Amino acid sequence: MSARNRELFALIPATLLLTAGFAAVFIQRENLLNDLSLTYGAIFLALCLAAHLVLRLTLPDADPYLFPLVAVLACFGLVMLYRLDEELAREQAQWFVVGLVFFTATIVALRRDHRVLERYRYVIALGGILLLLLPRLGNPVNGAYLSFDMGPISFQPAELAKIAIVIFLASYLRDTRQVLVIGARRFAGITFPPLKHLGPLLAVWGTAMLLLFVIQDLGSSLMFFGGFLALVYVATNRISFVLIGLGLFALGARLLYAIRPTIESRVEAWLDPFDPDLFNREVGGSYQIAQSIFSQADGGFFGQGFGQAIIQLGDNPAILPAAHTDFIYAVITDELGLLGAVAVLLVYLLIVERGFKTAMLATDSFSKLLATGLTAVLALQVFVIVGGVTKLIPLTGVTLPFISYGGSSIVANFILLALLLLVSDRARREAA
Amino acid sequence: MNAPILKLFGLVLVLFAALAGMTSYNSVINAEEYRDNALNKRPQIEQAQIKRGVIRARDGSLLARSVKDEDGLYERRYSDRARRFSHVLGYDYALGIGRAGLERERNDALVGEENEVTSIVDDLRGERRVGDNVVTNLDPRAQQVALNALAGRRGSVVAIEPATGKVRVMASTPGYDPNALRRPANYSRLSRAPNSPLFNRATQAGYAPGSTMKVVTAAAALDSGKFTPQSTVSGRSPIIVSGVPLKNFSDRQFGAIPLTTALTNSVNTVWAQVAERLGRDRIAEYMERFGFGTDPPMDYPDQQMFASGVYDLKRNKLIPANSRQVDIGRVAIGQERLRVTPLQMAMVAATVANGGVRMAPHITSRIVDIDGRVVERIEPDDSERVMSAESAGQLTQMMSDVVREGTGTAAALEGIEVAGKTGTAELNIARRINQPWFIGFAPRSSPKVAIAVTLENVIGGQGGVVAAPIAKQVMQELLR
Repeated sequence: MSARNRELFALIPATLLLTAGFAAVFIQRENLLNDLSLTYGAIFLALCLAAHLVLRLTLPDADPYLFPLVAVLACFGLVMLYRLDEELAREQAQWFVVGLVFFTATIVALRRDHRVLERYRYVIALGGILLLLLPRLGNPVNGAYLSFDMGPISFQPAELAKIAIVIFLASYLRDTRQVLVIGARRFAGITFPPLKHLGPLLAVWGTAMLLLFVIQDLGSSLMFFGGFLALVYVATNRISFVLIGLGLFALGARLLYAIRPTIESRVEAWLDPFDPDLFNREVGGSYQIAQSIFSQADGGFFGQGFGQAIIQLGDNPAILPAAHTDFIYAVITDELGLLGAVAVLLVYLLIVERGFKTAMLATDSFSKLLATGLTAVLALQVFVIVGGVTKLIPLTGVTLPFISYGGSSIVANFILLALLLLVSDRARREAA
Repeated sequence: MNAPILKLFGLVLVLFAALAGMTSYNSVINAEEYRDNALNKRPQIEQAQIKRGVIRARDGSLLARSVKDEDGLYERRYSDRARRFSHVLGYDYALGIGRAGLERERNDALVGEENEVTSIVDDLRGERRVGDNVVTNLDPRAQQVALNALAGRRGSVVAIEPATGKVRVMASTPGYDPNALRRPANYSRLSRAPNSPLFNRATQAGYAPGSTMKVVTAAAALDSGKFTPQSTVSGRSPIIVSGVPLKNFSDRQFGAIPLTTALTNSVNTVWAQVAERLGRDRIAEYMERFGFGTDPPMDYPDQQMFASGVYDLKRNKLIPANSRQVDIGRVAIGQERLRVTPLQMAMVAATVANGGVRMAPHITSRIVDIDGRVVERIEPDDSERVMSAESAGQLTQMMSDVVREGTGTAAALEGIEVAGKTGTAELNIARRINQPWFIGFAPRSSPKVAIAVTLENVIGGQGGVVAAPIAKQVMQELLR
């Protein structure tokens, strides 16, 4: 069976899942099966088929599982959003259309050879950094500069910037990886990169630090810097470089912790979320993370079922805030249980596996590094938000890719997917 | 470069395993603890989504029901009739101030707490969970009689059916409107109010029992075999008890009189001597048998019950009645640091009435599901023999004399023989502040009701004058 036929068949379970999910929400809500659930399923199937056709025409050899896996997450997110608020689900569906347009545009623009990106690496890097600086023009949300208001739409530039930075790093490291390894010196038992080439690396570290101080959000900085370290490691195969980088990042984070009260309170809330003082603090307390954990505790093994999680009572302030964005994972655990939550994690893991497989199949260094970097930032983003929601690490607000509500997140992650598929198409064609 | 990519994937696997581990910890492994966390209001919200069962009085009249509010949650509403029972009924405002009283004690039944299997089956059948209804033994008319008789004074009346332990009346004044507690501000206002209206005096107040305690002493004496109602003891006054002179009421002098006469006239010096001859251990044992020293075995929250007994008043701690620091002679006549609840004294009267067998008092009669099927019937249980039937019979005769010709004549009913004992604890002799008491039961031959009545801080009030008439009215209503 050809790759695209396999993809087509793999889309069937995603569509069935969506139809079944909507049906379940309808039954919960009205005790009757509305044919609207079938309509939603049909629209989603049509969207998937359209994207599938684009892939069939432009990237016939690309990985057949990546798109269906993303479709599963997207439909899962739609059902959850529909259960939270019909209006949100409708808007999210529109964002999927916009995301698919960007997806198609990216593929069409780069289908001849995605390596043209290398030529514009400095432009892309500069663009990425400018994007990240944009929110400084506005007001911080929860102490962090992550979003920028463009008219009615709140835009989160970090989502797009992560792609730009990965493209730049992949290209830069392709050039310098050899000299970084050859010129390395051992000192005090640790292998240091050559001083001459340490400069650009320090520049990247400096940028990450700058970002940390500019956007003042540990989570997204960790995501950028983690992606950078993953690329340095894969490019040089030197674990010591990663350790040095981590040490430097920790130093910067410690500095920020010392000067920024928001970070400090986040860490306090993480360490002791059930302290009544922190719990009842109006701003910057532990209310959110404590509610997230209480919500998960309601889920148990099998969950309470769609529509059963306690999120809001009437017009009172939400019991579980930001249920549609940051805390959607807590709602999933509440309503679908440990089983549902682990299933979602498994889907992400399968996407990561396909991403790294693509990187391993790719023949040129840039493509390898690009696929690795994109996959790594995606995995890190999931780790940062799920880790925050489950109290594994201090909470910072990033979206759960393809599931959380949010236009910038959807659009950026579809572009990320398009790039992975572009790398995959070339790699698999050359391998065949 | 493929080797480091594989290792990187390994790292991602480890990170995701940590995520799955943390999710398991939150949702399954430690979930129970999180659900019990005091900051977590979710279990209460869940229960507020269930239509809570109603609570009814013995005659079927509605006391508490649930209505849906604008947020889709059920909220408690109490009927006008429920105002009579504010303390015993308690309240359920779990999302606000919490739960108390019977509402708290019977919460599981009222929210239809069932085993896991039935709830899953109900879920699959699409049935909404509803709570079971609670039917009480409480008698609204007798309760109203008690409240009218207390007439706004601080006090309490408890009436129990001796053979079964059914609580028919449990009044505590002043009371409050339970509906007002929906607003937490009202709760904090009431909890600071000078007359402590939220306090259930029937179960929570520790009062000096005065001479009603002599019933316990008499039970110990008769049951010991060392005394009969005809045994004579000198009633001169004063005598030295534990190194301190003890006087009779009004310093009245008696010669060598039988115990019957000593109870009829409530002669302090006789009963103090009886207790000293019986010894501290025997008095302590009979107190324990009557239920002193522990919370009464009633279907009511432990937090709202007070264990009667001898107290270290500074540290507010029970001390054993047979301890060397206790003046047992004075404990036997209801003095010393003895503190008792009206409920405990009603249990003493009920035990004598029931031929010496103590029944566990219970407010709930039965739990009934929404279709009217009885889920649970609260049967008389926890019966314990306190004294022999013979001793109980002798004591009944002695207590009948109290009402016929002694201090308790004001409790006498027309055509029905009443047994009882009065008490007047002198709290402040100089200012004549007393705690008047009456405990008793009727009819004498086959008792249907046992009762305890007391009032706080009555100037110059004596049990036979102030408390006995209240007992009379309530017993009359219950025996109608």
